[in-house]
Amino acid sequence: MNPAKATGMRLRAMIRKESLQILRDPSSIAIAFVLPLVLLLLFGYGVSLDAKNIRLALVVEQADANTASLTGAFQRSEYFVPVSYRSIQQAERALLVNDVDGIVWLRNDFTARLLTTGNAPIGVFVNGVNANQARITEGYIEGVWQVWLSSFARQRGHDLSVPVELEPRIWFNAAVRSRYFLVPGLIAVIMTLTGAMLTSMVVAREWERGTMEALMVTPIRIWEITVGKLVPYFVLGMGGMLLSVAMALWLFQVPLRGSFWVLTGASALYMMVALGMGLLISTVARSQFVAGQIALVATFLPAFILSGFIFQISSMPEVIQAITHVVPARYFVAILQTVFMAGDIWPVLIANSAALFLMMLIFLGLARRNARKRLD
Amino acid sequence: MKRSLQRIVALAIKELLAVLKDKKSRIVLVVPPILQLLVFGYAATFDLNDIPVAIYNEDRSAPSRELVARIIGSPHFHLYTYLDNDAQITPLIDNKDVLIVMHLGQHFSADLHRGDTARVQTIIDGRNSNTALLALGYLRNIVRDFNLDWSMRNGRPPPPATVQVRSWFNSNMESRWFIVPGIIGLLSLVITTIVTALSVAREREAGTFDQLLVTPMRPVEILIGKSFPGVLIGVVEGSFILMMAVLWFEVPLRGSLGALYIGMFLFILSAVGVGLMISSLAVTQQQGMLGAFLFVVPAVILSGFATPIANMPTVVQWITYLDPLRYFLIILRGVFLEGNSAGMLLHYYWPMAIIALVTLGFAGWLFRHRIN
Repeated sequence: MNPAKATGMRLRAMIRKESLQILRDPSSIAIAFVLPLVLLLLFGYGVSLDAKNIRLALVVEQADANTASLTGAFQRSEYFVPVSYRSIQQAERALLVNDVDGIVWLRNDFTARLLTTGNAPIGVFVNGVNANQARITEGYIEGVWQVWLSSFARQRGHDLSVPVELEPRIWFNAAVRSRYFLVPGLIAVIMTLTGAMLTSMVVAREWERGTMEALMVTPIRIWEITVGKLVPYFVLGMGGMLLSVAMALWLFQVPLRGSFWVLTGASALYMMVALGMGLLISTVARSQFVAGQIALVATFLPAFILSGFIFQISSMPEVIQAITHVVPARYFVAILQTVFMAGDIWPVLIANSAALFLMMLIFLGLARRNARKRLD
Repeated sequence: MKRSLQRIVALAIKELLAVLKDKKSRIVLVVPPILQLLVFGYAATFDLNDIPVAIYNEDRSAPSRELVARIIGSPHFHLYTYLDNDAQITPLIDNKDVLIVMHLGQHFSADLHRGDTARVQTIIDGRNSNTALLALGYLRNIVRDFNLDWSMRNGRPPPPATVQVRSWFNSNMESRWFIVPGIIGLLSLVITTIVTALSVAREREAGTFDQLLVTPMRPVEILIGKSFPGVLIGVVEGSFILMMAVLWFEVPLRGSLGALYIGMFLFILSAVGVGLMISSLAVTQQQGMLGAFLFVVPAVILSGFATPIANMPTVVQWITYLDPLRYFLIILRGVFLEGNSAGMLLHYYWPMAIIALVTLGFAGWLFRHRIN
């Protein structure tokens, strides 16, 4: 038999064996399909960084037409759920026990100062425990204040002209919906998880059960084992990926402004990186316990925190920024957020795909070297 | 009674050895949590520093230069480049070279001096909308201060009313103070679940669990013995991370340590319960691992660790009541930042106790009732 034909036969047999193993233990299929489904549903519906329904305590010490127009502005805002309190002490107690998220306090000289000296203070207290929410709340309160100021000036017959005003245009996401960037980012997290999880335990299981030695004594070569293991899990992982994209587009209405083929190509590349990570982990760890543990801490958590999916990479300390360069999810998150929201912007796509390609070569190369070393 | 205790102790020692005897699993339990704490403690922050900005200033007068100097002099922003025509804007934003482009038109200073409003076109990359909103907030603060100073110097009337914001519990609004206490909960959950989720599945795969069942040990004794390593490792690592949060990251610990430890113990017990339940349901270790993932990932996402629970739809908010991490995060942040005592946290203790009781009970029942 010529060597090429023999390789083909061995490969086919290996792929068949892995596929059968997948079909017999439904947990692999569950990892590929149920995990993305559950996570996307939870995230898409459950997670949002937008501040809505902020519970705001309003304390007005001396009510009149001016204070009423200001509190009315808070009541009309879609961001706030205002509750009136009679004294600042009561409102502070409510802030202490988390009944409200913030306080707006108009002291009894508010109207007097408003009409004479100007600079009448509007006291605002926010609960700063969640600093991100506190900052966003602060921004919304100032937004209400500015709208009210200009309408107050108009009522009194003169234009209020602030010296400088920003005219913001938020590109790619004018409605500032956090779901638009969270859902594509989550696809990256899920694919990291499924890809690495799927493969990392497979080889470890063969070592643990002693079937690896059995494979080694057959004429099959190490790279044939590797390819034979990768192919079925690649197909499974891409199936999960397509499911996630379909949900993003049709269930969550995330716009896809780039092309579908660019998305598929980049995803296939990333799937290979994730599978490569999984293989590498499984060759380092010979037990499923260690392999699973490494997969969890080395793939899921970095993809969640260090990928730029939620936290801005450029704001991290430089040492940490350097570390993010070895987190493959970082490059895929950049690709996904760009393809979904901005379009096929080739400089971004090419630079990040090149980085992914390099990481794929490194992971697969290391995995292969490790696997061979185990033989002797 | 004494015999029972002896059996429990023997099993607990055996379980602890099963986890710790292998060098790799020892390393896996100790090194990653420390690395993660350091990396995440620094990385997981919503505060923005050094946001790259490009400035297109067509005006070049003293006031426009002053505004630009205030922006790029702030620690939040960092000047990427000056532009000299419109066409440069799109590629800079598209390629993610800058997050913000500010365009000051030719009439900027003329408008200012005339007493009109000078408008500054501000283009922001909205691919991460949270970052975009926060960056805009920082810019607005800088512009507000500029406006106040300008009005004062040039005799414009001040605004009739101004907002004075004070932030409680975290006066500088540092999001690290919010995230680092959360990491204590996050990492203890991951470690505890992993240690326990494979403990029964491993024995079932090896066939030794049936042997354990035919010994005189009662299911309750097996349950206690199997819980021991998870509780011990969880509490030890949790305490270590707690220490690092206070000494290394200097997050203020304002409340009572006792209140925090009651919470930590109940939380770890409930995580052990869920882990053992998953483990008893699983036939293979891969299934156990999958179960652990399917629990840990939603538990983290729905806990309020990074995104607030109040923003979730009502149905999802109900689901969060089943998540032990949800309660522990409230306890951690309450004790750390708000200085809460045990009495104030009672509401958050008992749900974890119930989760622990139900899951541990179910796991114990499964020991005997799931035999293939």
